[in-house]
Amino acid sequence: MTKSGVRKEGIKGTLTGWLYLLPALAFLGFFMIYPLIDVFIYSFEEGFNSASQTYFGIGTYNYRYVLRDPYFLQAVKNTFILVIITVPVSTILSLLISLALNSIEKLKKLFQTIYFLPYVTNTLAVGLVFMILFQKTPYTDGLVNIVIKAFGMTPVDFIEGPYWAKMLVLCVYVIWIVMPFKILILTSALASVNPIYYKAARIDGTSKPRIFFKITLPMISPIIFYLVITGFIGAFKAYSDAVAIFGTDLNASGMNTIVGYVYDMLYGDGGGYPSYASAAAIILFAIVLTITVINLIVRNRTAIEE
Amino acid sequence: MEVRLEHLTKIFPARDKKSSEVIAVNDFDFTIPEGKLIGLLGPSGCGKSTVLYMICGLEKPTSGKIYFGEDDVTDIPSEKRGAGLVFQNYALYPHLTVRQNITFPLENLKGAEKLTKEQRNQKAEEAAKLVQIDGLMDRKPGEMSGGQQQRVAIARALVKMPKVLLMDEPLSNLDARLRLQTREEIKRIQQATGITTIFVTHDQEEAMSISDYIVVMKDGIFQQMDEPQKVYDDPVNLFVAKFLGTPAINVFEASVKDKKLYIGEDQVLGNVNIKDGPVWCGIRPEGFILKDDGALKCSLTGVNVMGRDTSIVSTNPNMTGINIRSIISAEDLKLNSKDSVRFDIKRSKTLLFDKDSEVRIYYD
Ligand SMILES: Nc1ncnc2c1ncn2[C@@H]1O[C@H](COP(=O)(O)OP(=O)(O)O)[C@@H](O)[C@H]1O
Ligand SMILES: [Mg+2]
Repeated sequence: MTKSGVRKEGIKGTLTGWLYLLPALAFLGFFMIYPLIDVFIYSFEEGFNSASQTYFGIGTYNYRYVLRDPYFLQAVKNTFILVIITVPVSTILSLLISLALNSIEKLKKLFQTIYFLPYVTNTLAVGLVFMILFQKTPYTDGLVNIVIKAFGMTPVDFIEGPYWAKMLVLCVYVIWIVMPFKILILTSALASVNPIYYKAARIDGTSKPRIFFKITLPMISPIIFYLVITGFIGAFKAYSDAVAIFGTDLNASGMNTIVGYVYDMLYGDGGGYPSYASAAAIILFAIVLTITVINLIVRNRTAIEE
Repeated sequence: MEVRLEHLTKIFPARDKKSSEVIAVNDFDFTIPEGKLIGLLGPSGCGKSTVLYMICGLEKPTSGKIYFGEDDVTDIPSEKRGAGLVFQNYALYPHLTVRQNITFPLENLKGAEKLTKEQRNQKAEEAAKLVQIDGLMDRKPGEMSGGQQQRVAIARALVKMPKVLLMDEPLSNLDARLRLQTREEIKRIQQATGITTIFVTHDQEEAMSISDYIVVMKDGIFQQMDEPQKVYDDPVNLFVAKFLGTPAINVFEASVKDKKLYIGEDQVLGNVNIKDGPVWCGIRPEGFILKDDGALKCSLTGVNVMGRDTSIVSTNPNMTGINIRSIISAEDLKLNSKDSVRFDIKRSKTLLFDKDSEVRIYYD
């Protein structure tokens, strides 16, 4: 075959490839890339009015405003606390539960269903349950407070009380919501480790902790990395969780998240500021991108060192 | 260290209502002499791996006892037995380097046996040198060929200097050439270390070529243990006779009448001192003598020249299996007819078996 023949075929092949990809690319472009670019442009347009489609000027004013807005700073602080606490805690707890599940051969199926229930239950319904557990009403102090009282300590208002109490409830809630998925993934990851390695380790008299840290953990580490990255992204995007517990006026209760702030800027009571919302959204995008890149670098580094 | 099995039995209970229990190993009772290489031979699923797993303590016997030398190790946990096991699929830890894989067992040592890092590395180097992979210490298993991985697995099993080395089909994942090379290697390593070694295989040629003794088993039941050539020449039953040898033994439906052995109408042997009646008659491929007026009449199918020897493929109405394979040295080869061939048969290569029990019948 001649050179040009090869080239023609090559170009043709690539073209067909792109054609196959076209629907997916068009979809992605229209619903993901185009809005992203649009938001990026809005974020630099000062005082954009969506009704009249006009703005005063172009510059970084929106960013400067958002970064000085105490509500935004509160939302960033809340989001970071949420991420830093819930991602490791939920991952480690899920791993412990999965290990336990994996060792109880008979009850595995049943437990998997039970732990998976919250995942398929509506977040708002779970929120309702949390209200019952934590909320103080004129009629009752909430289940948790009743328990706290039974131990002779002073009850706390978890929904409208001090910041740390509210944060605690939010963290417990988020951990509770994300664990089923993690447990499901981790139990199957653990089950997929070839038992032959455990047999080999047993012959060599390897202790249980050493088997876990030297064999099990490295073998499921890609899955753990996956869970950590998606966990970070998910926690940064938390919003409905806070709404489910504290209601829609999150700024007032001091429990807003970044996504909540974006939403409020658009549609909330004090809303109608698409430019500020866009700037906040781009900041969130930058944070998530940075964290994900750092995660990937750390992962590649450890993969090479192993 | 001598290994003695006493009425060793392993029964796997039924998994569910539909299946039944499996007697994987049934009343094993024999002694493996010290410092020898033993080939444990049998078809797939006959319980070979289960025997090894019981010896090293990964499986608990249903009944019976295991002795290492004078010590009853039946209830001793596997890490205290001092047995090394090479798994069929190597079971190297994929995330660790060769060095880390080999030192892994050493890092588990506690108390007085505990070794420093230098000692561990030195032992790993020694073991690696023994199996000739000392240049590959920093590679991961995934970056090595099957044969090299196999050597790493052997080094890992050897590094603690086990009293007994167990190998579960160590060559089954290698290609033909590498298999030949590696089995010589295993023999060399065994002789160099003098460790009592049990080597499991379903390949009779492999077992015959390197073992000091072979143990043949079938469906969990011990059949015979002896030196390879003795088992080949003198099998205790039809199963063992059929299992050993390539090409396989040719089996005929035969009968004995007035101290003469008949295959169909052809009287092939005289002086057969057993009672009249039907028997199985097994003739080794090298037991045929090509002769114009030979006793056994067969139809000729083809001639295969395989280097030094020639194999004549023929058929006979009384044979079992698809054809008769006889090996004739090339200079004796004179075929006068295109479609028939006649053989005399060698007495020493002709084995008789009971028609029902398939147990060997001695007829001299
Ligand atoms: N853990 C187990 N549970 C139930 N049956 C088993 C188990 N391990 C092996 N067996 C059965 O025991 C028999 C012998 O198995 P194995 O020792 O692996 O044979 P081999 O190694 O000779 O191929 C087989 O029928 C197999 O199905
Ligand atoms: Mg096996």
